[in-house]
Amino acid sequence: MLQHALYLSLALFAIGALGVFLRRNVITVLMCIELMLNAANLAFVVFSRAWGSLSGQVFVFFVLTVAAAEAAVGLAIVIAWQRHRDTLDVDAFDSMKG
Amino acid sequence: MDAILFYCLAALTLVSAVLVVAQRHPIGSALALIATLSALSGIFGLLGSPFIAVLQLVVYAGAIMVLFLFVLMLVNVRREEERSGTGRRLRWTALGVCALFVAQVGAVLTRLELAPSATPFAAGPRDVARLLFRPEYLYAFEATSVLILAALVGAIALARKEP
Repeated sequence: MLQHALYLSLALFAIGALGVFLRRNVITVLMCIELMLNAANLAFVVFSRAWGSLSGQVFVFFVLTVAAAEAAVGLAIVIAWQRHRDTLDVDAFDSMKG
Repeated sequence: MDAILFYCLAALTLVSAVLVVAQRHPIGSALALIATLSALSGIFGLLGSPFIAVLQLVVYAGAIMVLFLFVLMLVNVRREEERSGTGRRLRWTALGVCALFVAQVGAVLTRLELAPSATPFAAGPRDVARLLFRPEYLYAFEATSVLILAALVGAIALARKEP
């Protein structure tokens, strides 16, 4: 079961990464990043159970906090951008010539 | 019993995660993501971490996803249009890179022989908190509160209307 949970974590991360590349809406891209963070959380929980150590769960706690901060700031940027340009397309984010 | 529940939840997680990416409309993605996070919370519970399971439901499926839905309703979301030219090439590149990633990490993971630790450990809120407030994590914990405060101020400053 632990081994399969680890495979599930790998699959979730790959799906999230694929979504970051494929989707064009900024908010969907942010959601895919949340998916990848969750895949990391699942791996932390699996290793916490496998090694009988609670440290993994403390790390999940920290990841959760960072994810909350990231979502708040990211969505604030999305709102500011939408007010500025009236689009949510990631391909329109080119004012820094990246 | 646990195994059956685990595989049901894992299947639900995978299907809804694919739906998050496959959907064209962001509201559908958000709802699928809520399903993914809730199923993952169940998996966390089955893997012996009830505290993290509840935290996942309250913070992720609750607070963060409500924030996402609020923003989705604030801005006018449209269905995505089909990409053309370079976008199509990007799709195949992305698929290739992800397949390579899965192959490499999967090769490492299959070598790993994971088994639950012999000594059962208690992972209730009290045990996790006791570890969290020990000196090795205490300062990091205090730093996260500063981080949250900075994110709060930053979010307000960014989303505020220019006078």
